[in-house]
Amino acid sequence: MTRTFEYSPDAEAAALHDDPVHGELMELNIGPQHPATHGVLRLKVDLDGETMRNVEPVVGYLHRGKEKTCESLGWAKFFPHTDRLDYVQPLMNNVGYALALERLAGIEVPRRGQEIRVLLMEISRIAAHLIYLGTTAIDLGAVTMFFNTFKEREKIYGILDAYTGHRMNNTYVRIGGVFADVDERVEGMLREFLESFRREIDGFEAVLTGNRIWYDRNKGVGTITRADALAWALTGPNLRGSGEPHDLRKAEPYSGYEDYEFEVPVGTVGDCYDRYLVRVEEMRQSVRIASQALDRLEDSRGLDVLVEDRRYVLPPKHKVHTSMEELIFQFKIVTDLCLPRGEAYHGIESSKGELGFYVVSDGSSTPVRCHIRAPGLYNVQAIPLLAEGRLLSDMVAIIGSLDFVMGEVDR
Amino acid sequence: MTSAEQTAERVHAALANLAAGDGPAPRDGTLTLEVSRGSLHAVLERLKEQAGFETITMVTCVDHLGGRRSEPRFEVVHQLLSIEHRDRVRVKTRVASDDASVPTCTDLWPGASFMEREAYDMFGVTFEGHPNLARLLMPEEYGHHPLRKDFPHQGIEPDRLYKEWDRERRARAAREQAGGSVR
Repeated sequence: MTRTFEYSPDAEAAALHDDPVHGELMELNIGPQHPATHGVLRLKVDLDGETMRNVEPVVGYLHRGKEKTCESLGWAKFFPHTDRLDYVQPLMNNVGYALALERLAGIEVPRRGQEIRVLLMEISRIAAHLIYLGTTAIDLGAVTMFFNTFKEREKIYGILDAYTGHRMNNTYVRIGGVFADVDERVEGMLREFLESFRREIDGFEAVLTGNRIWYDRNKGVGTITRADALAWALTGPNLRGSGEPHDLRKAEPYSGYEDYEFEVPVGTVGDCYDRYLVRVEEMRQSVRIASQALDRLEDSRGLDVLVEDRRYVLPPKHKVHTSMEELIFQFKIVTDLCLPRGEAYHGIESSKGELGFYVVSDGSSTPVRCHIRAPGLYNVQAIPLLAEGRLLSDMVAIIGSLDFVMGEVDR
Repeated sequence: MTSAEQTAERVHAALANLAAGDGPAPRDGTLTLEVSRGSLHAVLERLKEQAGFETITMVTCVDHLGGRRSEPRFEVVHQLLSIEHRDRVRVKTRVASDDASVPTCTDLWPGASFMEREAYDMFGVTFEGHPNLARLLMPEEYGHHPLRKDFPHQGIEPDRLYKEWDRERRARAAREQAGGSVR
C-alpha cells in the first residue's frame, strides 16, 4: 500500500475507516496531574485510535470554597483570597473585586488611584499572556520560548516586588484606590521594562509566528465560530480570536479606560493560531496603555491614591497614632466594614475573559453572596467542542490556546 | 453603552405580553426583571431572540435564609449580555426550598451548562431538562450543598476521610506486629 504524505481530510477519514484499530473506543484519562493540563484539570477522553470521540472535562480538584470563605470573612478581608483565584495576575483580580464593591458602595476612585490601577492591570495582563505563551510553546516543543517568556515575566515580578513588596499575591488594591503610591524609582523601572519589552515581543514573534512547526500545530486546530463562542459563553481573547471585537475596556469602560488609546485585535477564523496572534498583539497594546498610564502619572504626582472616606478606607497610620477620632475609625473598619444593602455586578476584561464579581449585601459586615464569574471555567467548558473529532495530539494545543488557570476555574 | 431607558424600552418591547415585573433597581443600575418560574424560559428565549442578548454571563443562586425577605428561599439569577447594544439584563426567579427547581436554559445557550451545574452543586437547585446535571466542583458522592446558609463554614465531617485512612493504617500496623515484619 502506498501512502502519500500530502495531508487531506478526506484521505484521512478514509484511512480511519479502513483501519482495523478503529471501531472500539478506549477511555483515556489525561490529568489531573499532567503538565500539559496546566493545573489539576482532568479530561476523560474516549479514543477511537488516535481520534478523540468524546471529551469530558472534570474540574473541582482545586476547589477551596472561596465564595463560602468570603461569606465568613467579610468584605475587606477577602482581598488576599482574590489573589489566589487566577494566581498569575493577582492585581487584576484585586481590581475586579474592588470595582464591584465600589459600585455597591458608590465610591469614586481618585484620578491617580485609577491610573495606578490601569498600569497594574496592564502589567498583569502582560505577565499572564507571557505564561500562556511560554507554557503553550513548551507543550508544543518550543522549549526556548519558555525561558524567554519567563525571563521577561521575572522582570515584571522584580518591579512588582519593588513596588508592593511581594513578587506574587500582592494584595495591593483597596476599596477606594490602591494601598500606596508608586515612587519614581518604580516608574523608572517600568519605563525601562516597557521599552525593552517592545523588542522582546518582536523576538517572540520571530521565533513562533512564521515557524513551520508552530504554524502546523496551531493553524486550523480548535476552530470555533463567532456564534458558537457566544453561545458557549466564551469571552476575552478566545472570543476575539473568532472575530468578535468585544472588549469590556471599550464596551463598558472602567477605571478611565475610555481615555486611553489602544486597539482591540481580532482574529478571523477562531483557531489556535488566531488566538495566539490576538494575545501577542494584546501584549503590544498593553505596553501602549501602560506607557500612557505612566505619562499620566507624571502629571498627577502628589495627588491622592485612596479616596478619603472614613466609612470604607483606613486612615493614615500617623493620624491613627495622634487622633482619637481616627483611631475609632481604624477600629470600626478593621472589625466590621459594612457595605450598604443591595447588589452589584462588575465585570472587567481580565487576561482570560470577563472576570465578574456579583456581590449581594444585606447592610452588614459579611456578604450574603459573592459570586465570582471566572472566565476560565467557561474556557474549560469549551474544550469538548474544540477537541472532539480531532487527533489526540491536538489536545495539547487546544488546552494551551484556551488559556485557563485552575485556581480560578475551581475557586 | 446604551442608556438605561433604551435598554428598558427594548426589553419591554421584546417581552410584550409576558408578565415580568421590574425588580427594585439594584445599585449598579442593571435592568432587573423578576419573573415566575413558569415564564422564566419564555422570557429568556424572548430576550435572546428579540432583544438581542446573544450571550449569557452568569447563572447563579442566592440563598435568602435568615434574610429580610426569606421566603421563597432561593433566588436564581440569570445575567445576559448584549454585545451589539452593549448592555446587560438580570433575570431573577424565586423558588421555595421544598420545590427548588427551574427550567434549564442550556437549549438557548449551551454555555450555561457549567453555570447551572455549579448552582445545583452549591445550592441544590435543580434545572429541569439539563442534559447532565451532575455536580461540578464537589465530589459526586458529597451529600451536601455547601453554599446554603445552613451549611456550616467549617464544613461537615471534615476529617471523615482522614479517620478512615487512619483506622486502616492502625489495623495494618497491628497485623504486621502480630505476624512479624513483612517485607
